[in-house]
Amino acid sequence: MLEIVAASLIAAGTIFFVAGTVGLLRFPDIFCRLHALTKADGLGLALIALGVAILAATPGAVFRIAIIWFFVAVASATCSHLIARYARQSGARGQHD
Amino acid sequence: MTPDLIYGLTGMAVFGIGLVGALCAQDRLRRVLALKLCSVGAAFVLVVGAWREPPGAPDPVPHALVITGIVVMVSATAVALALIRRLQTLEAEDDA
Amino acid sequence: MTDPLVIFDLLLALGIVALAIASLSVRDRFAMIVLFIVFGLFSALAWVRLSAPDVALAEAAIGTGVTGALLLKTLHHLRFVESRTAITEAACAPVPLGVLLANAAFCGLITLGLAVAFLGAPSAGPGFDALVAEAMPASGVDHPVTGVLLNFRAYDTLMEVVVLLAAVIAVWQIERGLSDAPAPAMGEVWQGFARLVLPAIVVIGTYLLWVGAEAPGGAFQGGAVLAAVGLLLLLTRAYVPRPEHRGIARGAFVLGTGTFALVALMVAGGGRVAFEYPLDHAKTLILLIEGMVTISIAVTLAALFHGREPVALPKGGRDDT
Repeated sequence: MLEIVAASLIAAGTIFFVAGTVGLLRFPDIFCRLHALTKADGLGLALIALGVAILAATPGAVFRIAIIWFFVAVASATCSHLIARYARQSGARGQHD
Repeated sequence: MTPDLIYGLTGMAVFGIGLVGALCAQDRLRRVLALKLCSVGAAFVLVVGAWREPPGAPDPVPHALVITGIVVMVSATAVALALIRRLQTLEAEDDA
Repeated sequence: MTDPLVIFDLLLALGIVALAIASLSVRDRFAMIVLFIVFGLFSALAWVRLSAPDVALAEAAIGTGVTGALLLKTLHHLRFVESRTAITEAACAPVPLGVLLANAAFCGLITLGLAVAFLGAPSAGPGFDALVAEAMPASGVDHPVTGVLLNFRAYDTLMEVVVLLAAVIAVWQIERGLSDAPAPAMGEVWQGFARLVLPAIVVIGTYLLWVGAEAPGGAFQGGAVLAAVGLLLLLTRAYVPRPEHRGIARGAFVLGTGTFALVALMVAGGGRVAFEYPLDHAKTLILLIEGMVTISIAVTLAALFHGREPVALPKGGRDDT
């Protein structure tokens, strides 16, 4: 039973990752792409981490998965912000030139 | 089709690609990166050599060798990149 | 074809080769570095599949993380220099097609020969695993890779730390008097991120060092993670290297090599071979060496990222000493 729940959570997470990647490939400009990627991947990562945590054997492993989820989420949000910030600044500079 | 065969051939391919890049690339940064690809290809072959069929534990000696190789490669890359920065600055000064 | 993981292996192998080709053929140099970083993480994943988690950790942290940071820093510097002068990367003449084809043909032949040799080699031949398993009780640690690195093949590891030391000396000499590209402004979100993750990175790096005695991890992986602390401090400008810090930095560079060599000499002084640790103290000695080597690796990698020796020089000018 627990394994079925975990497997369906991981499968759902994978679907979100695929959706985010399709958005990354299909959307026209950098901001739309970031929008697709960050939202879908954030949810996909959370679902996969939850599914793996259900399967984890020890409380220590669950704790480590939670830490990994937290830091990957924070790092990906910061990276997206940096990319968007750089794109806006260099884009604005391009228009003035 | 076992993992060692698949990844061994992957390592060969990566090594070959790196070799072509190191010989043909014009940009210095790209050439350093190609050499790094070569080192990853060689590491692949060593790790594959250490692999055993799942119940068996892998051989730790090649693993230690690869870890040593990775650290040596980052040192070499750092020196190469410093030389590139210096060279670029010198050329810019010659031009100006 | 019963194992579904074979499909995963094949897809991963194809992805690795495709990323290697893409990173060398893409025109934009920034995209080249990013593709290389993805390539490194994919190979780390492949090594996990080959049950080599130590190597995967080292590749992800050092081979991909630190190398990627070094490449991006160099690219930033090159673009800064190019923006000040008229030099562009396309200044040199393109390679003739014939030369390209000849090179590719020869490299293909070499690769083909290597592949034939690989396929003809006896698979899973006798390695050192039996010898290592036999000697493990005498090593003082429970994890074979750490035992090999710091006990059975300790000379290799000592020389590896010396290579790092030589690299930082060389970089400081090469970059002497070089003017630095201005650091990019990263914004408040980045500063907050650094403040949030810095304490966590210190804990994770120390944990990796500590866990190395019985599980994948160890001095090199821990040192690389701790070097990330240095990179974050340098990038947030929370720490600006100053000339008067050079003494401390030099001390930290030689700390690992010094401790390592000193332990070897003291062990040798007791009538043993160098690195033949007395059994009761083996774990203590290995942890002592690993701790000091970790500090050295972290400081050295951060210094390699920063590049030039911190000397007082007028901004943008050259120091003719």
